[in-house]
Amino acid sequence: MIELKGKKLVITAFILILTVTLLLVFLLVDIMEKKQEAKNIFYRVVELTEETEDPLVWGKNFPHQYDGYKRTVDQVRTRYGGSEAIPRTPTEVDPRSIVAQSKIGEDPRLKKMWAGYAFSIDFREERGHAFMLEDQTYTERQKVGQPGTCLNCHASTYVPMMKAGGGDLLHGFETINQMPYSEARKLVQHPVGCIDCHNSKTMELRITRPAFMEGIAAYKTKEGIKNYDVNKMASRHEMRTYVCAQCHVEYYFKGKEKRLTYPWDKGLKGDEILSYYDESGFKDWMHKDTKAEVLKAQHPEFEMWSQGIHARSNISCADCHMPFKREGAMKITDHHIKSPLLSVTRSCQTCHRWPEAELKARVETIQNRTFEMRNRTMDALMDLIEDIQKASEKNPQDPALAQAQNFQRKAQFLLDFVEAENSAGFHAPQEAARLLNLSLDYSRKGQVSLARALR
Amino acid sequence: MNTKKYFLLSAIPLGIALYLFIYAKGYSYLTNNSEACMNCHVMKDQASTWIKSSHHTIASCQDCHMSGSLPNKLKIKLSNGFWHSWAFTTGRFEEPIRIKAHNLKVVENSCLNCHAQLVEHHKNISCLQCHAGVGHIK
Repeated sequence: MIELKGKKLVITAFILILTVTLLLVFLLVDIMEKKQEAKNIFYRVVELTEETEDPLVWGKNFPHQYDGYKRTVDQVRTRYGGSEAIPRTPTEVDPRSIVAQSKIGEDPRLKKMWAGYAFSIDFREERGHAFMLEDQTYTERQKVGQPGTCLNCHASTYVPMMKAGGGDLLHGFETINQMPYSEARKLVQHPVGCIDCHNSKTMELRITRPAFMEGIAAYKTKEGIKNYDVNKMASRHEMRTYVCAQCHVEYYFKGKEKRLTYPWDKGLKGDEILSYYDESGFKDWMHKDTKAEVLKAQHPEFEMWSQGIHARSNISCADCHMPFKREGAMKITDHHIKSPLLSVTRSCQTCHRWPEAELKARVETIQNRTFEMRNRTMDALMDLIEDIQKASEKNPQDPALAQAQNFQRKAQFLLDFVEAENSAGFHAPQEAARLLNLSLDYSRKGQVSLARALR
Repeated sequence: MNTKKYFLLSAIPLGIALYLFIYAKGYSYLTNNSEACMNCHVMKDQASTWIKSSHHTIASCQDCHMSGSLPNKLKIKLSNGFWHSWAFTTGRFEEPIRIKAHNLKVVENSCLNCHAQLVEHHKNISCLQCHAGVGHIK
């Protein structure tokens, strides 16, 4: 041992005691901080009311949630979804300097499927929630003249609807639906915000979209539950899906009033929705090349999810798309809503105890298979469209044409139901396969029905 | 001098240490109670899933996660105690928190502490593969 004497001893002892004291004080303060964190303190900085439309104001009380919400501007690609930031030169009518990649550019068959409809003009991959209003305002689809109904799901509409209805949400809904888009656009200011899903007093989840209230009530009636009032009867857990299902669903604009309607009277499956449309005789447009009265399916995420194993296991949208995250000791819902493929650890591994790469591979296997089936089904539809064109050139009066057009309507809707659904089959793999299988069958049946006419 | 002076001086860090020991419930770590693990809020999920499980009336955290002979138990307690504190203080750990291989082995052995006769014929299979929910359940 080295013997310490005099000055050396003093210095060594000093340093030793200093270090130990420092370390202890550091630990004490750190433990104190962690204990404070655990208390889950909430500071009410501002008063929130049913008129507080701006998410920025809500963000003062809920800074962590607001941070996540703001991050929906991120543009990240996954194998089959997500968006890529594509630069563009701003023009006078469209000041956007960044957009997402064009879907119809990636697969020209889509253009043929939607010939004569606005989607064949401009259809890009969806960007995050932050861009919903901007992207809708400037899409070239606006050229055909859209109704105010579109805003139901592209803006924070709760406050504007209440205002337009003089305090009556349903009346405001009906009023805005009937306005031209450009006029209704002036009433809204923000993309979907806090107040669209949360009660401003209790922060509880609630439904603010009348179309969902009516749609889910119609579906529950079919299931044998009468007079379903979603805001009174849904559980807290169901709400973690329903608030998303206010918009991520198949819809149409009913009648002259352009009333936003969710076609769930007969059920939520693609073919049940198709039979609802067939019965009511609804069409979205007349196909330019074949004159078939066709339908456009729109992002039926809720419907597809509801047929899958995760719905059966009571896993809500928020469980995977807004997983819990830790901010200090606080456990908060991640308001940066995005693909679970970008947060596998928090979204999937909470239940599935497999490595991240393995889980990703499982998802992509499902998606690759769905995509393969989708492509084959799409080719079949292209064949049918060509056959109808040929047959009508040969004899426009041929009675077989009507039947073939009807087959096209069915095949096209079911294919589009899977195509427009934003999970590439993942939300319900077998259901997606079943619908594509049905669609393929309709396309080929349509071709068979024309075989004689084309001989 | 001077041993005396140093002795007096070291009363300061010692005082802080003593206060820390009480404030941070250091004494609880000398017990076999689950409450000790729940001092730390990061264990909230583990605690709440344990309370719901079938074993919560019969086995504390330590009974499964630190079993074996006394020296062995102390060794596990010391190493986990240190590394858990290290991870939590530095904030460098991954979530969801998952058990490491060596700790899993400890848990597997703990099953045998009570259930050894039942499983004499089961070799080379993890108890938890089938009985995943006995200690923690969602």
